[in-house]
Amino acid sequence: MLKIENLHVRVEDKPILKGISLHIKPGEVHAIMGPNGSGKSTLSHVLAGRDGYEVTAGTVIYKGKNLLDMPPEERAREGVFLAFQYPVEIPGVSNVYLLKAALNAVRKHRGLPELDAFDFLQMIKAKTKLVEMDEKFLYRAVNEGFSGGEKKRNEILQMAVLEPSLCILDETDSGLDIDALKIVSDGVNSLRSADRSFILVTHYQRLLDYIKPDQVHVLAQGRIVKTGDASLALELEERGYGWIDQTMGEAA
Amino acid sequence: MSATSYIERYQSIADELPGYNLPWLNAVRQLALGSFESTGFPSPREEEWKYTNVTALEKKLFAPSSISTSSTIDKEWLETHKLADTWTLVLVDGYFDPKLSDLVGLTDKVIATGIAEALQSHPHRVKALLGTTLEKESHGFLAFNTAYFSDGAFIDIPADVILKKPLQILHISTRNEALANTRSLVGLGRNAEAKLIETFIGLPNISYLTAAVTEIHLTENAALDHYKLQVETDKAYHFGGVYVKQDKTSRFYQHNLSFGGLLARNEIHAELATAAECEMNGLFLAKNRQHVDNHTLIHHVEPHGISRETYRGVLADRARGVFQGRIVVHPQAQKTSAEMNNRNLLLSEDAEIDAKPQLEILADDVKCSHGVAVGQLDSESIFYLVSRGVDRETAKNMLTFAFANEMVEKIGLESLRTKVQDHLLNIFPQTGIRRDWL
Ligand SMILES: Nc1ncnc2c1ncn2[C@@H]1O[C@H](COP(=O)(O)OP(=O)(O)OP(=O)(O)O)[C@@H](O)[C@H]1O
Ligand SMILES: [Mg+2]
Repeated sequence: MLKIENLHVRVEDKPILKGISLHIKPGEVHAIMGPNGSGKSTLSHVLAGRDGYEVTAGTVIYKGKNLLDMPPEERAREGVFLAFQYPVEIPGVSNVYLLKAALNAVRKHRGLPELDAFDFLQMIKAKTKLVEMDEKFLYRAVNEGFSGGEKKRNEILQMAVLEPSLCILDETDSGLDIDALKIVSDGVNSLRSADRSFILVTHYQRLLDYIKPDQVHVLAQGRIVKTGDASLALELEERGYGWIDQTMGEAA
Repeated sequence: MSATSYIERYQSIADELPGYNLPWLNAVRQLALGSFESTGFPSPREEEWKYTNVTALEKKLFAPSSISTSSTIDKEWLETHKLADTWTLVLVDGYFDPKLSDLVGLTDKVIATGIAEALQSHPHRVKALLGTTLEKESHGFLAFNTAYFSDGAFIDIPADVILKKPLQILHISTRNEALANTRSLVGLGRNAEAKLIETFIGLPNISYLTAAVTEIHLTENAALDHYKLQVETDKAYHFGGVYVKQDKTSRFYQHNLSFGGLLARNEIHAELATAAECEMNGLFLAKNRQHVDNHTLIHHVEPHGISRETYRGVLADRARGVFQGRIVVHPQAQKTSAEMNNRNLLLSEDAEIDAKPQLEILADDVKCSHGVAVGQLDSESIFYLVSRGVDRETAKNMLTFAFANEMVEKIGLESLRTKVQDHLLNIFPQTGIRRDWL
């Protein structure tokens, strides 16, 4: 699904990612944890194709293609989806309009016809149920005036509608109350399939109680400093990142 | 000044103008003519006309029409501009046309007709309203308008009457190189309530000048929703002024939608007495070489007044926009609350906007704020949309449309809102915004 090799990224001449390598197979869930400012969102943005990031070395191969060559809209149509850490408010554009425009763009790319109004509405209603969102949110402007938790749920709604292959969730669990966390996790779990992979960026082990990761990576200062199974997250929860720093020190 | 060519031309029709036989009106016209003779049309040297140069008008000579010269109007075309479920007053090339108008079912307590007609039937009412809102106003266009207005709408709604349907004044131009010079008067008695739409249109492809002045007097506790939809042809010159006198606790909600014209100047001025409320919403769009100027002025002359002003502009290609918003809080106007906000979107490097808010606060216990912003589309928003698979061009178009449409959404009158959205979609066809998705 995704092969990142030795990825180096700068922002405004400041090196942020310093040699990331990550292999994700279809159907796998990878969690990325790490201290604030370590480069987790930077990695997510680079994968989604945001500009302002300069890739100075390394490659990213997605489904056999060079991901870094594609403009962001093409990545989205090819099945890359980023749930933003800070979803953007778009006054004046309704949720339902964005969902239609996005879905049609993606379907067109896949050689599928536009859904007719009836089928679209049926589908969209089913998906709002999945994330337990009130239908009236569909007709509100994208994220405008949404609470933090509502914005995160809206990201998952978009993901459920677009049915991507690679889902990158950047701290989708932050700011969610316990019930919302459960709803979002259930939503993600229902989307899990043998040909869909996930990158979960998170600070909290709690999310991983709900969504079982295949691997957990620790990102610190732009490098993956440790990789393990789900138990690594538990260990981090208990001992913090200081412990990693120590082992890094020993290794160096 | 070359205003002389206009004076020569228009003096020849002076004795056909309505109210020619009324000494009081003649005196008013003479006074205005004297002033126009000395100043001509406004010049960019005047502070309030700094950004809009109308000297082109003096090089041309837009001639007056007479009732008999006005063309026959294609009914179907007219219907597309009429709003459903309204009473309509139609002005063609500056003259009230009773046959095209539709006032069936309007209560006979209300006078709704042309000015020329009203000068015959209700001269005292006309006299009471004419000029009442213009005491603090003076510039060449107003003087010219007073000196030579050919007709206009006259609407007088007595106390306690609440109109069941909106009234629409359709200002139509049908002749190339002609001028429609109208004065409309609107009076609302105590507690009266109404909705009024003024639509400005011209036959496709013609070049003409509209000079339309509307005076509105809201008596104590009256309320008026006023909508101005300016969709003149792209060769038209438009001067449209709306001047409002608000007595105490009256409410005036205005929407200024300025989309058409080669050169358009919209003036919306209001004077607020005690606890009067005034809302001014504006949306102006211009592309190619269009020039659109919005000049607003709010005088708070007594305490406890409230004014809210929100203007948005979208300028593409080489278009030029102006927003001059002035709020004056007079010394007696304590406890005034005034807000002004203007945001402008420039879609091209050659588009320009002059945005100039002016707050003059002469009272000490007031709440006033203003904000002006000029910018391009937000890159974070574009990325968000693009990251969902929408292409960049579409994303930009969606954001542009949304920016404008947010003002359209404020229009309470549904039939008008839909019409305005249609105009919006026509003006930016490349947005590919889907009507059926809105
Ligand atoms: N546009 C930018 N200009 C300068 N520095 C930037 C820019 N964007 C990101 N950075 C820096 O890059 C580093 C990594 O930021 P990033 O947002 O990727 O961290 P993160 O791991 O997601 O942190 P958090 O857990 O707080 O979300 C930070 O030091 C940040 O300040
Ligand atoms: Mg982050």
